[in-house]
Amino acid sequence: MAVVKKETRVTYGETLVELGKENEKIVVMDADLSGSTKTATFKKAFPERFFNAGIAEGNMVGVAAGLAASGYTVFVSSFAMFASGRAFEQIRNAAAHPNLNVKVCASHAGITVGPDGATHQCLEDIGIMRTIPNMTVINPADAVEAKLAIRAAAKIDGPVYMRFGRSAVPVVFDENNYQFEIGKGALLRDGKDVTIVASGITVEMALNAADTLAEKGVEARVINMATIKPIDKDILVKASKETGAIVTAEEHNIIGGLGSAVCEALSEEAPCIVERVGIRDTFGRSGSVDELLECYDLTPAEIVKRAEMAMKKAGK
Amino acid sequence: MDTTRLNELVKISGKVRLGIIEATYQAGSGHPGGSLSCADVLTYLYFNEMNVRPDEPAYEERDRFVLSKGHAAPALYSVLAQKGFFPVEELKTLRKIDSRLQGHPDMHKTPGVDISTGSLGIGLSNACGMALAAKLQNKDYRVFAVTGDGEIQEGQIWEAAMFASHYKLDNLIVYVDANGLQIDGRTGDVMSVEPIDKRFEAFGWKVQRINGHDFEEIEKATENAKAVKGQPCAIICNTVKGKGVSFMEDKAGWHGVAPKKDEYEQAVKELTEAYGL
Repeated sequence: MAVVKKETRVTYGETLVELGKENEKIVVMDADLSGSTKTATFKKAFPERFFNAGIAEGNMVGVAAGLAASGYTVFVSSFAMFASGRAFEQIRNAAAHPNLNVKVCASHAGITVGPDGATHQCLEDIGIMRTIPNMTVINPADAVEAKLAIRAAAKIDGPVYMRFGRSAVPVVFDENNYQFEIGKGALLRDGKDVTIVASGITVEMALNAADTLAEKGVEARVINMATIKPIDKDILVKASKETGAIVTAEEHNIIGGLGSAVCEALSEEAPCIVERVGIRDTFGRSGSVDELLECYDLTPAEIVKRAEMAMKKAGK
Repeated sequence: MDTTRLNELVKISGKVRLGIIEATYQAGSGHPGGSLSCADVLTYLYFNEMNVRPDEPAYEERDRFVLSKGHAAPALYSVLAQKGFFPVEELKTLRKIDSRLQGHPDMHKTPGVDISTGSLGIGLSNACGMALAAKLQNKDYRVFAVTGDGEIQEGQIWEAAMFASHYKLDNLIVYVDANGLQIDGRTGDVMSVEPIDKRFEAFGWKVQRINGHDFEEIEKATENAKAVKGQPCAIICNTVKGKGVSFMEDKAGWHGVAPKKDEYEQAVKELTEAYGL
């Protein structure tokens, strides 16, 4: 069967239009990147409820907070670098501290931005956003999950940070029976020897890695951790107790992101060996997506290697 | 403005000033200087202009107020207390653990505070969002904001200034509390902000410059601003930091320092006499 691919940011634009039809209190803002973040799709449908802030991310978030304090649910978008980096303090002080309905939906996250290079490859956003009280952090894996996550974000009270990529990613979930709930990890494949915890684009890699491990006689459990905050501690503790070795895989610095969040959750209750696959505390560079993933060891082969290392360290 | 009304406002502004001194003295910290400089503008807005309901703070049609220079919280709290949003006695809890009166305004803690502020430069953006919300809903409430003159060194002020004129937010009136001082000294020495009026004009605003301690000038400028269509309005208020307390006036040192006991007593004496309280 041919793999269907779709950009999660395209799903974002489409889902905003659905939300806009259902709820007149949905407002969207962008900082001159509406064509790339796909908020332009909403602009076309509801021009009166779309506001371009120009290249001024801090002001955009401040204005969004003012709208939210007046009863609106405001989706604001830019590239992950500028949304989470440039506007960090406005997100913290103007949106999160007063717990307002500002949903920061950032596209072009991670290394897969590709040729734009290091300045635009945000590998810190999940770490930055995760430290802010009241903030929910979601990193959807594919178009199916993105749609459900965006709808869930619109429903909850308070700020949300959601991350989308630039590139089309394989659709891994079946839209007819995939359930998404904020704060719940999803068990995609059961196994008893090792657990792979993935998020975003690494979910498909994790499933591929599990296939390879199966060929070697290793039964790998695969968990999709779309919500990085609040993290699903129960599913992690169970995995630690039942498999005794964990590998995390993320398109983010291994400091501060999914790997860190998993270690924090486990260390309090059920510590086990955790190997982290991700960008190893370095900046990116220009290149094609495939070259970059290879270059920074973000591949199914690396997940397999780290899974075997984790099992070995755990004495399995 | 008739004399009776003027005298009433002056008297209230004296009580507001006393509240600022009382609150910061009891707290042992806080920002009296910049609170005293904007006390008259706040008094005017809450007692002669804004449509607000102390017994129903979240009233939908109310005018909104944004204290972009959030460190002047004692002025806002004092004016809200005088207006009846909460007891004047509560001013003594400023900055204390479990108090509703946080060091900087918190919309979820203090009745009458429309938006949380404190980090400089963000409040004007908030005010733009609130003004935009009024336009979106075809509501005719206005948004009044107060910024500092040091505060406009923040780049975000100018991002917001661009935004307000681009979206023709004529329901937004901003008072720049130009007391000429900031923590490190005179604004002209730290980082020049003048000519403030020309700068806002260049960003597409309708600008007036007044004496920010003269209620008749504040009234005239506010009425002019309300009549403007298609443009946001800035009223640059020439003020004196620490206004009303002789030893605090025009002293950068009184930006973020609370009065000690003898200073508190002298300030209370001066204000009580000057305002006939």
